[in-house]
Amino acid sequence: MEAGFQLALDSAPFLLKGAYYTVILSLGGMFFGLLLGFGLALMRLSRFKLLSWTARVYVSFFRGTPLLVQLFLIYYGLPQVGIELDPIPAAMIGFSLNMAAYACEILRAAIASIERGQWEAAASIGMTRAQTLRRAILPQAMRTALPPLGNSFISLVKDTALAATIQVPELFRQAQLVSARTFEIFTMYLSAALIYWILASILAHLQNRLEDRVNRHDLES
Amino acid sequence: MIVVEKLTKQFNGQVVLNGIDLEVKAGEVVAIIGPSGSGKTTFLRCLNFLEQPTSGRIKVGDIEIDSSKPINQQQGLVRRLRQHVGFVFQNFNLFPHRTALENVIEGPTVVKKMPRDAAVALGRKLLARVGLAGKEDAYPRRLSGGQQQRVAIARALAMEPEVILFDEPTSALDPELVGEVLATIRSLAEENRTMVIVTHEMSFARDVANRVIFFDKGVIVEQGEAKALFANPREERTKQFLSKFLAH
Repeated sequence: MEAGFQLALDSAPFLLKGAYYTVILSLGGMFFGLLLGFGLALMRLSRFKLLSWTARVYVSFFRGTPLLVQLFLIYYGLPQVGIELDPIPAAMIGFSLNMAAYACEILRAAIASIERGQWEAAASIGMTRAQTLRRAILPQAMRTALPPLGNSFISLVKDTALAATIQVPELFRQAQLVSARTFEIFTMYLSAALIYWILASILAHLQNRLEDRVNRHDLES
Repeated sequence: MIVVEKLTKQFNGQVVLNGIDLEVKAGEVVAIIGPSGSGKTTFLRCLNFLEQPTSGRIKVGDIEIDSSKPINQQQGLVRRLRQHVGFVFQNFNLFPHRTALENVIEGPTVVKKMPRDAAVALGRKLLARVGLAGKEDAYPRRLSGGQQQRVAIARALAMEPEVILFDEPTSALDPELVGEVLATIRSLAEENRTMVIVTHEMSFARDVANRVIFFDKGVIVEQGEAKALFANPREERTKQFLSKFLAH
C-alpha cells in the first residue's frame, strides 16, 4: 500500500498533465457545444422548415451514433478526404459537435416550456423577437435548462476519456501509460478515477451555486 | 383614434370574426360584452396583432396595417403600433424573474431606450399611481393577483400608449380582489384615457364605459351609449344575454 501511495505521488505530474487536457477538452467542448447548440435550438424553433429540419437531422445523427464512432470518424476518417487534424483539435471538435446536439435539445425544450403569455407580454410592449428572447424568455428558460446542462457537462468530463483512443494524452491515457510501465494497474486507475470524481464534484458544486442564483426571485420577497 | 374596417378572422376555416367595423374616438371608453366564444377576446387581440387577422384594416393614430398583406413584411409596423397600444392580459403575464419596478421599466428602457434613471422615476410614479408604492422591489410571486394586475396596468402605462386594451382584466382574480383592479381602471377612465375593455363585469361596463358593444357569433349585434343599452337593449339576442346577468 505504501509503495502504491509512493507511486501515485511519483506519477502525479503525469496524471495532472493528463487532467489538464481533460479540463481543456471539457471546457472547450462545453463552450463550443453550448454556442452551437444554442444556434441549433433557435433553428429548431424557427418558422422556416429548412432550418428546423436541418437542426432536427443534426441532433438525430449526433445523439443517435456513439461518441466513440464520431471521434474515429473525425480523427481517422477525415484524413481520407484530405482533412488531417491533430488529436486535440479532433477531440475538441468531436466533443463540441456531440455536446451541441444535447444542448440543442435541452435549450429547445426549456424555451418551449415558457408559456405563450410571456412572449405575448413582451410583444405587447413592442419588443422584437430577439429582445423577447434575451430579456424575457432565456432568463426563465435557463432555470429549466441548468440542471440538465449541468448533467451533460459532468457526462462530458467523463466522456473525454474516450479521447484516449485517438491519441490525446488526457487523464485516462496517462493512467494507461504509467500503469503499462509500472504494472501498478489498480493504483493508477484508482488515482485517475479520483481525479475525475474531484472534477465532477467541483462542477456539481458550481451547478448548485448557479441554480441558486437564477432561482433567487423564488426565494426573496 | 382607432379605426377598424371589415376585420375578419378564421381559425382553420372556422369564422371567429365576421367583418367587424368599429371606430373608437380619443378619450372614449368602450366596453365589449358578450357570451364566451363570441369572438370578443379574439377581436381585442387582433387590435394589436397578438392574433393575426385574416383580412381587414386596422388604424391606430397614424399607423395603419392592412392585414390582407403578408404580416411578416409589416413586422416593423406592427411593433410600432404595439408601442402605442397598451395591453392588459387576463392572466397578468408579468415577467416572474423581474421585480414590480423592473416589469414596469422594461418597455421604456428596452424598447424606447429611455435612460434608466428617467425610467425608474417614471416606474415609481406609475406604481404609486396604481396604489403600489412600496412594492417596487417585490417579485410578482409575492404579490396578490390584484396587485399583479395593477403592476401589469402600470407596465402598459409606462409605454405612454394612446389606447389601452383590457382583456377580461378581472376574470382570473379572486372575488375580493376584483374591486381594486376595477377602481384602478375607473381612475384611468377619469383621466380621459382611450380604453377598450372586454369584460364580464356588467355594472362596471355600465358605470365606466361611454359605449357598450355587444358581440355574438363574430359580429357586433348591438352597440350604444352604455346606460341606454343596459336599460333598453333593442336586439332580442342582447336582451336574452343581459337577462342572465340582471336576473339575480
